[in-house]
Amino acid sequence: MSAHTLTRRLAPAALLAAAPAAGAQPGSGWGLLNLPQGVTPISREVYDLHMLILWICVAIGVVVFGAIFISILRHRKSLGREPARFHESTAIEIVWTVIPFLILVGMAIPATKTLIAMEDTSSPDLTIKITGYQWKWRYDYLGEGVGFFSNLATPEEQIYGDAPKGEHYLQEVDNPVVIPVGRKVRFVLTANDVIHSWWVPALGGKKDAIPGFINEWWTRVDEPGVYRGECAELCGRGHAYMPIVVVAKPEDEYRQWLAARKAEAAEAKAAAGRTWTRDELMARGKEVYGKFCAACHQANGEGLPGAFPALKGSKVATGPVKDHIAIVLKGKPGTAMAAFGPQLSDADIAAVVTYERNAWGNDTGDVVQPADVAAAR
Amino acid sequence: MSTATATHDEAHHEEPPRGLKRWLFTTNHKDIGTLYLVFSLVMLFVGGVMALVIRAELWEPGIQHVDPQFFNAMTTMHGLIMVFGAIMPAFVGLANWLIPMMIGAPDMALPRLNNWSFWILPFAGAMLLATLFMEGGAPAAGWTMYPPLVLQTGDAFPFLIFSVHLLGISSIMGAINIIATILNMRAPGMTLMKMPLFVWTWLITAYLLIAVMPVLAGAVTMLLTDKYFGTSFFDAAGGGDPVMFQHIFWFFGHPEVYIMILPAFGVISQVIPTFARKPLFGYSSMVYATASIAFLSFIVWAHHMFTVGMPLAGELFFMYATMLIAVPTGVKVFNWVATMWRGALTFETPMLFAVAFVILFTIGGFSGLMLAIAPADFQYHDSYFVVAHFHYVLVSGALFAIFAAVYYWLPKWTGHMYDERLGKWHFWLSVISVNVLYFPQHFLGLAGMPRRYADYAVQFTEWNQVSTVGAFAFGLAQLIFVYVVWKCVRGGRKATAQVWEGARGLEWTVPSPAPYHTFTQAPEVK
Repeated sequence: MSAHTLTRRLAPAALLAAAPAAGAQPGSGWGLLNLPQGVTPISREVYDLHMLILWICVAIGVVVFGAIFISILRHRKSLGREPARFHESTAIEIVWTVIPFLILVGMAIPATKTLIAMEDTSSPDLTIKITGYQWKWRYDYLGEGVGFFSNLATPEEQIYGDAPKGEHYLQEVDNPVVIPVGRKVRFVLTANDVIHSWWVPALGGKKDAIPGFINEWWTRVDEPGVYRGECAELCGRGHAYMPIVVVAKPEDEYRQWLAARKAEAAEAKAAAGRTWTRDELMARGKEVYGKFCAACHQANGEGLPGAFPALKGSKVATGPVKDHIAIVLKGKPGTAMAAFGPQLSDADIAAVVTYERNAWGNDTGDVVQPADVAAAR
Repeated sequence: MSTATATHDEAHHEEPPRGLKRWLFTTNHKDIGTLYLVFSLVMLFVGGVMALVIRAELWEPGIQHVDPQFFNAMTTMHGLIMVFGAIMPAFVGLANWLIPMMIGAPDMALPRLNNWSFWILPFAGAMLLATLFMEGGAPAAGWTMYPPLVLQTGDAFPFLIFSVHLLGISSIMGAINIIATILNMRAPGMTLMKMPLFVWTWLITAYLLIAVMPVLAGAVTMLLTDKYFGTSFFDAAGGGDPVMFQHIFWFFGHPEVYIMILPAFGVISQVIPTFARKPLFGYSSMVYATASIAFLSFIVWAHHMFTVGMPLAGELFFMYATMLIAVPTGVKVFNWVATMWRGALTFETPMLFAVAFVILFTIGGFSGLMLAIAPADFQYHDSYFVVAHFHYVLVSGALFAIFAAVYYWLPKWTGHMYDERLGKWHFWLSVISVNVLYFPQHFLGLAGMPRRYADYAVQFTEWNQVSTVGAFAFGLAQLIFVYVVWKCVRGGRKATAQVWEGARGLEWTVPSPAPYHTFTQAPEVK
């Protein structure tokens, strides 16, 4: 029996042994004790490796802790024991140096094999660029002209306890990343501001998204389904609020989804060139503000004193329009204020600037058109 | 021994001055040891309260008590304070008290430097704590201070950097002093291979400190110039590299974890033989194992950053090197078990903490071995599994060793026996609650909960609540410790010079409490 099949057989026993006797129902939080096996060949290899090493550790633990407990129970002064005088033995010390070394070699061999497979990002079927932002992800399907932001979809009322928490609290997004099953998907990862890390346990791991650098990772999902994950590298106030949702679809459904996305993109491009009404701008602006600005400046525009400045009544939002557009486009170096020029369309920036200049009592009456933003770029 | 005679002039034979001046101007190793220990106890509670803020917020999903930004500040400050304010100064305090008495020296080699290394600390600590009240809040980018995030810190930023500099200077001066003392001031006949293990582990630790604290100082100075002076060491847009900071930080950071655990190994190697009434098994292999661990600590740093996208060859090298650490660490654990084996064991509080150390530190070692396996680390990294791992080695490891040390030597320091019944209460409440606190964090991490999260998905609620219950129980149990120490300082049954039946070593040959000056005449060691 190979080590791998051994660990598979023993795995359920481990879960039972570790679960508290009462209240361990599958599905409830009490039953969440172990790494998921995941849905890719690599994630299952990682799981097997994890279980192999766990069981080796348990075995060593039984021997070492067993010796300690025998000593505690039997070698007590209160039992009238006289202490032995031995204090060295070269032979036994060589044994307990060499045996652990051999065990380590036994662990290193399968680990090396898995690691080499994990790092082989060659000949992918498609490539998706993942960009981390404070605090959302962007996915670009390279060569397809499709790209979108993926924001937390959990409403703020649930976070602050004003509404009951949903089933997928903090693990739901507006636009999930969609991939075809059975295909080798290569991810290239980078970040716009600080370091983030893209972790979906069911896909077998995570990779950091680092500003200015490109990392690579790959997956091949076997079963259609929805797989959830989160940002794993501390990235500021909203670290817990930038989840990942991966939807794996059969090839044909994936194709349909991609075509629909392309059509949407073409439509949006056409809309950007025209002149917008104030109401249109305000409605769009509120939506954009909620997704891109409210995490720092807050939905009420009052910011967080000390950390993030208020926009309500601020010099930027009530002063010259030109400066306001510039700061949204280019950001403010040395602060958390990012440059939104590369992230948002002219229409979105026009809308959000209009919104900020007219919401929360900032009644400047200014209306900014996409063309004004294009001119300022 | 010319150094020894040169350091005790006539003034040292007088009784210490009373009041504040005694503590401000003291150059006495025992006074300075006490100062370090009291400071670290205060910081343990400051950092502990921050941990309880974290655990209270994590009682249930959602934001209940603190803003996520403040939550991040709590995790950051908790880490910095526990590492630089609680654990490290506690071991320096023990070194001050014990190393001169263990090697038969009258004091530390550089007494004025010793005063200064301590008195920098409260100022560094106060400056760090003051950032809590600054515009923009306390540092909130994690104790690891990764750029670019840390560069978003508000007014607190330069204070963070400066306090890290001061803490580093204090540590380096302390390390220089310890090395100078051990190498120059041993009593005649106290050869290196006769030194108590605690002295050995501290000698090696001190070299680690001197090697890596300047590296940390360099890294944070580069952060400072990146923020204020237009450099781009860690900014890709200016040709720099944010990952370079992580390499430099962990080149400091990995030896740093051994700085916090090697003296703990030393303490355990003193305590177990005493209560087993049997000499330490494999003394020389203990020394060599400690040196091997110290050496390996310099070539494993990138296992803290397997997910940053290193070349395959780099990942393999750091995985293999990290796994190797298990060999000398295993030797140490086996030697402790062999020391207990067929001894005549008794279980006073120091021994209880020492046995718990061996078991719980080994559990932390197992999870460390799992984390070393790079492909599996891609799952474990930055999850609560890591949090569980390093708290097993630092709380039930380093901190338990400090408790063992305090109970073990407290009668020598105060001249009174501590209250054994209360000590046992402290032990049992601590050992149970520490497992309730940290064991479920293994489950949380494996099931997918990332660390440094102010808020989490609903399926993680149950084990987080167990962990929070453990945290408050552990916090409250430490109040017993404070009471036991206070009570023991105030009075209690008189301690003999040897204190423990099985105790061996020079510190047990002087009266209890140890006189203000010991070994003004060097003892002869056979």
